[in-house]
Amino acid sequence: MCLGVPGRVVEVRGQTAVVDFFGVRRETRLDVVDEPVGPGDYILNHVGFAIRKIPEHEIAETLALYELLLREAEHDIMAADVRGEIGATPAVEGPPDV
Amino acid sequence: MSEALLAQGPAELRFRDPAKAHALAAALDTVTREVDHAPVSVMHVCGSHEQSIAKFGLRTILPKGLNVIMGPGCPVCVTDLPEVDEAVVLAQDGRIVASYGDMLKVPGTAKSLADVQAEGGRIAVVYSAAQAVELARDTTDDVVFFASGFETTAVATAAVALGDLPPNFSILSAHKYIPPVMEIVAEMPDSRVEGFLAAGHAAAITGWRIFERFVEKHRVPVVVAGFEPLDILAGLVRLVELVRDRTPRVENMFPRCVTPEGNRNAQRQLWRVFRTQGGRWRGIAHVPNGNLRLRDEFAHVDARRRYEIDVRRLWNHAPSALTQVCICGEIMAGLSAPEHCPLFGKECVPETPVGACMVSSEGTCRIWHQYGGHPDL
Amino acid sequence: MSATGLKSPADVRDELVTLKHGAGGRAMRRLIVETLAEGFAADQPEGIGLAAMDDGAALRVGDRWLVVTTDSHVVHPIFFPGGDIGRLAVAGTVNDLAMMGAVEPLGLTCAVIVEEGFRRAELERIHRSMHETCREAGATIVTGDTKVMGRGELDGIVINTTGVAFADAVIPDAGLRPGDRLLVTGTIGDHGLALMARRHALQLEGDLRSDVAPINRLVAAALAAAPGAVTAMKDPTRGGLSSALHEMAEKSRVGVVLHEPALPVRSVIRSVAEMLGLDPLHIANEGKAVLGVRPDAADAVLAALRAHPLGREAAIVGECITEHVGRVILDTGLGRRLVGEVEGEPLPRIC
Repeated sequence: MCLGVPGRVVEVRGQTAVVDFFGVRRETRLDVVDEPVGPGDYILNHVGFAIRKIPEHEIAETLALYELLLREAEHDIMAADVRGEIGATPAVEGPPDV
Repeated sequence: MSEALLAQGPAELRFRDPAKAHALAAALDTVTREVDHAPVSVMHVCGSHEQSIAKFGLRTILPKGLNVIMGPGCPVCVTDLPEVDEAVVLAQDGRIVASYGDMLKVPGTAKSLADVQAEGGRIAVVYSAAQAVELARDTTDDVVFFASGFETTAVATAAVALGDLPPNFSILSAHKYIPPVMEIVAEMPDSRVEGFLAAGHAAAITGWRIFERFVEKHRVPVVVAGFEPLDILAGLVRLVELVRDRTPRVENMFPRCVTPEGNRNAQRQLWRVFRTQGGRWRGIAHVPNGNLRLRDEFAHVDARRRYEIDVRRLWNHAPSALTQVCICGEIMAGLSAPEHCPLFGKECVPETPVGACMVSSEGTCRIWHQYGGHPDL
Repeated sequence: MSATGLKSPADVRDELVTLKHGAGGRAMRRLIVETLAEGFAADQPEGIGLAAMDDGAALRVGDRWLVVTTDSHVVHPIFFPGGDIGRLAVAGTVNDLAMMGAVEPLGLTCAVIVEEGFRRAELERIHRSMHETCREAGATIVTGDTKVMGRGELDGIVINTTGVAFADAVIPDAGLRPGDRLLVTGTIGDHGLALMARRHALQLEGDLRSDVAPINRLVAAALAAAPGAVTAMKDPTRGGLSSALHEMAEKSRVGVVLHEPALPVRSVIRSVAEMLGLDPLHIANEGKAVLGVRPDAADAVLAALRAHPLGREAAIVGECITEHVGRVILDTGLGRRLVGEVEGEPLPRIC
C-alpha cells in the first residue's frame, strides 16, 4: 500500500480530473470516488485514481481532535463519553501555541 | 519547514508541525506509563505507516515502553514466489509485463522480473493500471498487467477491468486482502499484540465498521489512522489509551478520509470484479480469503485463464542456502525484528536481498536498513 | 566470512557488467577497484591519484598543482528542460575541476562519438550550448576528436570532456573534521527529477528543470571569502547529496548530521519527489556543491555564496561529528533517522 497523496482539483474532463499536488499537476481518474468532484475540491489520490473527496472542514476538525488528545493527556484520564462535552467547552490551559 | 510555510501551505503540512508532534509524543509517553504493564505492544499492518514512521524519524521519539511492531503490511513482501514466477514465465514467453516498480526486484523461485528484463524480457514499469491499458492500446503485442497491492490498489484494477479493454490486455492478479491476515496475527499463539493501528487509506475504501466484528471476537482495540506524523502519533495515543482502559473498540482517528461505511462505489466495483480466495502469503503460509482473484465473469481478461503458465520449469533450482536462514515470515508476523536475523545488513542488503522484506520499499528490513531501525541516534 | 559462514551474493564477483556498475555507488567502486584501476596504483605521480577516487587527479608541477579530470556523458534524453548534453559535458568537467579547488580552467578537450543518422541541426544546437556554457565558466575547448559509428552501434551521441587547470591548494573530498559545518550552494533534487519526469513519461505538469550550470566562479567566491577554511568539497551528482556526503564522511572518518528543515528544496521538487516516493537527498544535481567549512568561517562563506547569482539559495545544512563514522543522520525536526545509501537509479514507487 502506498501513501496516497492529497491534491486540489483544477479541472474536470469527464472521468478524469487535473489535480494540483502542491505545484505539480497530474491527471487522476474519477471512476471510483463516491461523490461528485469539482474544481476546488481536495481529493486523495492512489495509483492514479481518486479514492476519496476530502472535505475541507474535516481537516480543521481533525486538528482540533488532536488538540483535544493533548489536553486530555495533560489532565489525566477523561472518559470517552465526556469528550463531547469537553469539545464544546472553552479550551482549558494547555501548551502554548508555538 | 518554516512557520510561514506551514501557515500558508497546503493543509497536509499542518500535520507535520514539529511542536505538535513533540507534544503528542509527550502525551504518548504519559499514557504508555499509565498502562498497568510494560512493555505495551501494538501492531500496524501497513507498509506506508512504517515508511512514514521511518521517514520522519518517529522511532527516536516514541516512548521506550511502547513496541510499535510492523505486521504483514507490505503487499510486495507477501507476494509469494509462485506468483512472481507466473509473471516471470509470461515475460519469458514473450509477453510485455506491466508492473508497479516495487515488484521488479522481488525474487521469485529462480529470478525476479528485473533479471528477466536484463535477459531481454520486456517489463514496463507503470504507475497506474490505466497506464498499463494505454500501453496495450499502443501495441499489437500482448500486455499482461501484474496487479500487485492490497485492496486499496485492487480498486484501481477493478475500475480498469470494468472499462473498455483492448483484446491484447489481460490481468495477472496478485492482489491481497488485509482483514483476514489481521485475524491470523491476532490468533497466533506467540502474539503479544494488544491493539492494532489500521491503515487509513484502505479504510477510506472499506469504511471502519469492517473492524467491528474483529474487535468483538479478539477483544483488542483497533484505531484507524492516517499517514502524516501527527496522524500516526495521535492514532497511537488513542490506541494506547484504549489498551490502558481495556476497551476493545474501533475508533476512527482519520475522519477526513474515513467514514463508517467507506466508499460504497469503490467497494461495489471491487467485489464485482474480484472474489477472495485462500492462498499463501510469503512467510505466513495459508491465509484464508487472503488473495483477490478475478471472478468468472472476467475470465476473458484473466491472464491465468488466457495463457498456459508453466512455472515448474523455474523450479529446477535448489533454493539458496541463504533463504533457509531468512526469517522474513517471522518478521512479517511481527514476531521478530530485522536485527534478530543473522543475515540482516550482511548477506542480506538492498543490492543483494535474500528475502522480500529487504526488496520492497515498504518491507520492514529494507526500511530498517535504510533508515536505521531502532537507531541510537 | 559472514556470520552464517555462507557465501554472500555480494562476495561473488559479477561476471557480467550491468547497469548497477554505472550507477555511482558501491558496485561501481568495486568494479573500478578490482578491474579498472587494478595495477596502476604503484605508478602514480606525486599528488592525488587513482587511489583517492576523488573528482579528479592533482599532479604536482613545481609549487602548484595541475588538476585533471575527465567525464563521459551519455545522458538521455539529450535535450531536457534546463539544458542538454552539451551544457552538461562542459559544466560537469568545469565543476569537477572546481571541486578540487581549481576554479580557472585552462582548457577543455571534447571528444564526440556520434551515431550515423544523427541530425546536424541537433549537433549544432549542442555545440551552441557548449559554447555558451564555456563562456559562463571562462573556459574554452582547445582540442577534441570526432568519430561516427554505424546506425545502431551507439545510442545517439556520447561526449567526453577532459579539463585541466592549475590550483595553488587542492581541496580533497576527504578533509572534513568534527565540528565543520556543511553548506550546500543551492536547491537539491532539480536535475534528476527533471530527467526522470522526461524519461519515464511521468505525465506531470510542473516547472521541473535541470540546474545544470558551471559553478567554478561561485566556488571561487567561497574560497576567497575564507582562505583555508573550506576543508572539503564535492558536487552531489549521481546519488545526490546523500551519496556525496556518505563518501566524504567515509573518507574523512567523521559522522554527519543534516537538518532537514534547513535543506533548500523547491516546493515543486518536494511534492513530485513525495508523489513518486523518492527522497530529494538521493536525486542528482548538476549545478551545486557541498562544502565542509570550519565553523568560525561558515557565515562568511555563506554570505559570499548568497551574493552570487548561482548561490542565492545557499544554506548551512548540517555539521560533522566524531560519532557514527561514515553515516549520515537526518534530523527531521520531529525525530532522527539515518539517510540510507541508495544503489542504482531510484525507481519511482507506486503512488
